[in-house]
Amino acid sequence: MQLTNRSKQVSNKEMTLMERAYLPAIATGLAITIKHFFAKKVTIQYPEVKRYLGPVFRGRHILKRDEDGRERCTACGLCAVACPAEAIQIVAAEREKGEETLYREEKYAAVYEVNMLRCIFCGLCEEACPKQAVYLRHDEFVPVFAERDQVIWGKDLLVEDMNNRYTREAWTKEEARALDLKRASGEVTNVVPRAIP
Amino acid sequence: MDLTEFLIKTATIFVVFVLTLVIAMYSTWGERKVAGFIQDRMGPNRAGPGGLLQPLADAGKMFFKEDFIPALANKWLFIAGPSLAMLTALLASAVIPFGSTFRINGHEVALQGVESNIGILYVFGVVALGVYGIMVGGWASNNKFSLLGAIRAASQNISYEVAMGLSLIAILMMSSSLSLGEIVAQQHGGNWNIFYQPLGFIIFITCSFAECNRVPFDLPECETELVGGYHTEYGSMKLGFYLFAEYINMFISSAIISVLYFGGYNYPGMDWVYSQLTQAFGTETGHNAATLIGTAVFFGKALFFIFFYMWVRWTIPRFRYDQLMNLGWKKLIPLAIFNIIITGAAVLFLKPLVTAWLN
Repeated sequence: MQLTNRSKQVSNKEMTLMERAYLPAIATGLAITIKHFFAKKVTIQYPEVKRYLGPVFRGRHILKRDEDGRERCTACGLCAVACPAEAIQIVAAEREKGEETLYREEKYAAVYEVNMLRCIFCGLCEEACPKQAVYLRHDEFVPVFAERDQVIWGKDLLVEDMNNRYTREAWTKEEARALDLKRASGEVTNVVPRAIP
Repeated sequence: MDLTEFLIKTATIFVVFVLTLVIAMYSTWGERKVAGFIQDRMGPNRAGPGGLLQPLADAGKMFFKEDFIPALANKWLFIAGPSLAMLTALLASAVIPFGSTFRINGHEVALQGVESNIGILYVFGVVALGVYGIMVGGWASNNKFSLLGAIRAASQNISYEVAMGLSLIAILMMSSSLSLGEIVAQQHGGNWNIFYQPLGFIIFITCSFAECNRVPFDLPECETELVGGYHTEYGSMKLGFYLFAEYINMFISSAIISVLYFGGYNYPGMDWVYSQLTQAFGTETGHNAATLIGTAVFFGKALFFIFFYMWVRWTIPRFRYDQLMNLGWKKLIPLAIFNIIITGAAVLFLKPLVTAWLN
């Protein structure tokens, strides 16, 4: 089977004088390397510049609020059941009177914890959620842990900030680029996703 | 020699010493930068702007590592190895003419550590001693890999020194002087030796690659065969000295190449610059300024050859050991002898003809 046309028959022919002199071959090699010396570098300066990972990248979790700022999660536990790594733990609670502005449903998650060491970022929780409450962000990673107690993320880290909502405006790379350009030119002024605490 | 002359000499030697060290230090940075650029990467760029503080960080790391001497090593020779390597590497820069002359209060002092009339022989003698550093260190480690690496380095250096010396004889036949200052002075006015000795230059530069243990002749160090070669047992600043000596050698040989073949501090149009400067600033300041420009040009040439060393390193794969020996003994030495014969014939027959025709 032949995959490319680049394969060459090995030849045991005697080298010509040109080939035995080494120097022309070395000069060719030097020309190639100097071309690369001046070529554009492919490096992305990571912490300062982040590569766009695509609109469906599965980064860290977020618990969405609805447009009135109420938590969407109803603590049904489907995400925890769907999770193959058993990374999600939920403690449900009933909504009291007067808490209607906080929680959309009558039952809510008093505790919602994701163990980020167990999580495999498969996105099955997203799929399982009947309330569109849990999402994996396309624009933020889970950062490196320095301490053990940073591993389990509670609601303080997971619930969406109403001042800095997570929306996924761009669904393709081109759309994302166009959006970045609009942000740069000041046409779009919504807040860029915050850095992870 | 009176006080002024002595002071200028001291200053020159000190500046040359510091410059050699700084250039060697920044060669490590340059090496990594060039490697990165050639491989489409950025190279070190985190420590300081453009990674410029990287050598300092590396040196600091080297200094603070544990200074370890293996139990069965010969302690004094183990320490003497890197010291010798460093010493011989630094000694060689004494006779290199870094510029023409400096004039202060009517004294005229050459920008050269020692104005020796056997300069090139001195360089060869000192550089040949460099192999002792490697040999002593490799032997004192009491480790078979180190010893084999050292033997490889020694045999390689000795075999290539022959061809190097022979390629040089052609230059000496043309200049009829062993003094480096004299050789440079003769190349004044675009009369660079490279135009007369292209073959000699190729032989010389190939041999200096081998002498500096640089790719494609970096056989003394070989991960797969010899672990780390002669410095397998070395760590801390002793290893640092070995690596440092290698970079100093690289700078010295670059300087020697530019002195022997590329006119040293001479550059096209230097007479015009000289007359302009002396007219503008007077004979003393103008002369000194012209000398400094020449020195800058010299360092530019030397740095270009350092870059060339690196460029070649990231281009060519290494030779096998038998290929290395074949190239040294069976190709370069006959070529060098052939070059001597050609040069001799040209000096004897062609030169009178050409001078007669020109007149």
